[in-house]
Amino acid sequence: MEITAKTAKQLRLTEEEFELIKQKLGRTPNFTELCAFSGMWSEHCSYKNSIKWLKTLPRSGGKMLVAAGEENAGLMDMGNGFGVVFKIESHNHPSAIEPFQGAATGVGGIQRDIFTMGARPIASLNSLRFGNLNDKKTQRLLAGVVNGIGHYGNCFGVPTVGGEVYFEDCYHTNPLVNAMSVGIVKVGKTISATAEGVGNPVFFVGSATGKDGIGGASFASADITAESAEELPAVQVGDPFQEKKLLEACLEVIETGAVVGMQDMGAAGIICSTAEMSAKGGVGMRIDLDKVPTRQHNMKAWELLLSESQERMLIVVEKGKEEAVLKVFEKWDLSASNIGEVTGDGLLKFYMHGELEAEIPAYELVLGGGAPVYEREYKEPKYLSRIADFKISDVDDVTDLKSVAEQLIQIPNIASKRWVYTQYDSMVGAANASTNNPSDAAVVLAKGTGKALAVTVDCNSRYVHADPYKGGMIAVAEAARNIVCTGGEPLGVTNCLNFGNPYDPEVYYQFVKAVTGMGDACRKFNTPVTGGNVSFYNQNPEGPVYPTPTIGMVGVIENLNNRMTMDFKEAGDVILLIGEQKNCIGSSEYLHKVKGVELSPAPMFDLEEEYNLQQSVASLISHKLIKSAHDISEGGLAITLLEKGFNRKLGFEVNAKTDLRSDAFWFGEAQSRVVVTCGKDHVEKIKATGVGVTQLGTVTNGAIKVNGESWGSISDWKNKYDTAIEKYLN
Amino acid sequence: MKFGVVVFPGSNCDRDMLDAIQYDLNKEVVTLWHKDKDISMLSTNDCIVLPGGFSYGDYLRCGAIARFSPMMQSVIDFANKGGKVLGVCNGFQILCESHLLPGVLLQNANQQFICKNVNITADGKDVLKIPIAHGEGRFYADDALLDELEANNQVIFRYCSEQGFTDQFCNPNGACRNIAGIKNKAGNVFGMMPHPERATSGALGNLDGRKVFELLGLN
Repeated sequence: MEITAKTAKQLRLTEEEFELIKQKLGRTPNFTELCAFSGMWSEHCSYKNSIKWLKTLPRSGGKMLVAAGEENAGLMDMGNGFGVVFKIESHNHPSAIEPFQGAATGVGGIQRDIFTMGARPIASLNSLRFGNLNDKKTQRLLAGVVNGIGHYGNCFGVPTVGGEVYFEDCYHTNPLVNAMSVGIVKVGKTISATAEGVGNPVFFVGSATGKDGIGGASFASADITAESAEELPAVQVGDPFQEKKLLEACLEVIETGAVVGMQDMGAAGIICSTAEMSAKGGVGMRIDLDKVPTRQHNMKAWELLLSESQERMLIVVEKGKEEAVLKVFEKWDLSASNIGEVTGDGLLKFYMHGELEAEIPAYELVLGGGAPVYEREYKEPKYLSRIADFKISDVDDVTDLKSVAEQLIQIPNIASKRWVYTQYDSMVGAANASTNNPSDAAVVLAKGTGKALAVTVDCNSRYVHADPYKGGMIAVAEAARNIVCTGGEPLGVTNCLNFGNPYDPEVYYQFVKAVTGMGDACRKFNTPVTGGNVSFYNQNPEGPVYPTPTIGMVGVIENLNNRMTMDFKEAGDVILLIGEQKNCIGSSEYLHKVKGVELSPAPMFDLEEEYNLQQSVASLISHKLIKSAHDISEGGLAITLLEKGFNRKLGFEVNAKTDLRSDAFWFGEAQSRVVVTCGKDHVEKIKATGVGVTQLGTVTNGAIKVNGESWGSISDWKNKYDTAIEKYLN
Repeated sequence: MKFGVVVFPGSNCDRDMLDAIQYDLNKEVVTLWHKDKDISMLSTNDCIVLPGGFSYGDYLRCGAIARFSPMMQSVIDFANKGGKVLGVCNGFQILCESHLLPGVLLQNANQQFICKNVNITADGKDVLKIPIAHGEGRFYADDALLDELEANNQVIFRYCSEQGFTDQFCNPNGACRNIAGIKNKAGNVFGMMPHPERATSGALGNLDGRKVFELLGLN
């Protein structure tokens, strides 16, 4: 078969990239080699269109133990000799085609990134985006994705402790499924994804390799079109039982001291793990592909290299210690095959039945090595000038607060996600301290460390769409605020950057500005970016999704006694607003969903003001002056108050004298505001701290009264809040 | 009383159970590996726990393969000699598959996995808040067997309201007669879907699980 630029194009490589490959090899690649480049130089593996900007993020410092991109997941110091390992990753494209397996394998993949480093996963989170919930297709996607996440995570046995779900029309064809995992490891006990030691054997462990997921990485590097459903074989199939055994076996095999390096097989399968491990160690590998256990007959070399079959690991073992490794995998009834060895020439040589099928310098395949790096053009999207034209005075203020609040509490973006999260095992591990005591970030006991973690995922993509720079900052700020309101200290960030086609300069503008905003906010909060994932091409013929840079943030709670919860505690407590009310309704759920205004500016936000607010809240918590803290987000102050009442079915009486517009006061989403409660005796002390404090009212036994008007009882509101999403689905 | 917790491939509540017994109930506990048979460290005054999870991946049917593991042969002998056995969630399913307990556990009535706090009661008076987390937890038996279980006082827990009413509105999975847990006729083998080991620690804000162990005499 003659290999030409046309072949390369069919494998989603450009003509220029094909020329570059020829130049690097000094010859024309054969088909197998070209496939290897296709996988490794795909957007998904190479970050070729994003790395330039990712490097502007703060990627070291703070309590980071390894720099971003060095290992499979970020590693930060949580004290007492323990590290926390965490990462978020997208599985958007597979989930659009096959929601159940797409989401399930997304969960599986992110768990492997954690335990391949020697850490035991203790918490999962996810961030989901779908189209309009009235639409049958959205209902099917939601049900499938949630079922898939539950199927995999519940069996694997890591609790799903937090997440977010949004519904916007722009996600109709391109749903987003981002999965995050958090694990704990003893400092110094981590395993690196590096191959070292010429002559050391290379073991292939876990499930057998099939034809599922072939070309998954390059599939995820293209827009979704009407033909995408024909790419179904690009979607992987997961088996959480295998992964659970693989987890236990991998953690056990590390204890033998025989493991030199380990990497899971995710995108681009064997070629990716062999190339990355070799390149990092400055070595090569000789691999006999016919020794890889297969579940199908007659698999070709290129299929074996690119298959994304799940639950597989590549382990470099210290020569002479093979027996100890085999024993562990035998105990867990998992196959472990010696498929080759580490070589000193930097070349990856793949053989089938003794015949050389491919020979490529490992370095040339990988990010930071020979993989191309592109600078893309960008220009300000046209719609931004229409946003600049928005005038608040064109919108009539509300007259009936109660009926607007009733609409808002039942909007799927705001309503309880009960239908979703009850399908996830949120309590396995017996470490979820938020089940019975809810807080803005989930609190997970890090058993054995004497500490707890506060974890959250956040991104309001409408804000990012309205103002990519500010929206990027807000996503980070909200995550940090949630952790601070929980009594935690923000530690670090992992991000999942979901955008449209990077070759569209307007999309790329969103990417550049959002990353810049995130970077500025991360520097302010001293939360370095430990890693993450870029998912471009979330686009279809009708256009891109909202720019969605999902922020996963981890914080540490030094002492569980200093944690803070979000709910009202008892009638008679005083309700205070920390922060400033603003005359702002921009990009709010109220303006977008109730008033039907598609384009409006992002909510007011100032990084310095936000930082000061978080410092104030942290100080109130550490001085034990407040009983609850909940930040104001979607739906504004009114929704925040209702949400604070639900857990203990307590109401509130609030009177507001204000010069602001009523809608801005009650439903605006200006940032940097937190509602707290305290006992009567602490009110003056809190006011004396000098932060912006407004006394809003008091907690009641269940009755709600706003500006003298009765809003009924909290139970009725809770019922509406709890059942809104279920009504679409049952 | 000493405890042994069996670890099957796919068990995922084994560590939670070990921790709850050791640190919250302050009892001695050992791990029992599914491929082993030796339980000589336990006497019939002790208790073997089959923890929750997805033993053998729930392949074929929940609990159907675990039943044939070497350790289960020892557990069955142990139970027949009067040793105490507690199965939680997947452990309950294994006990039913092993015929140490009657009845079966079917897929939840709403066809979904359900994880949440529920209320259960042993006597209709004291109400305990205990988490459930299962896809196949709907206890089913024919009327004759249900009548027999009730006549012999073999129903150990029922799903109930906060006030202790055992009506259909507080039945999370459609279980016959709100049954959340049962024991065998001899009274030494217990199975329940709710997870008491997830409610034994003050840090989690729920200690009702300790009362479950007390009520069953496993303390």
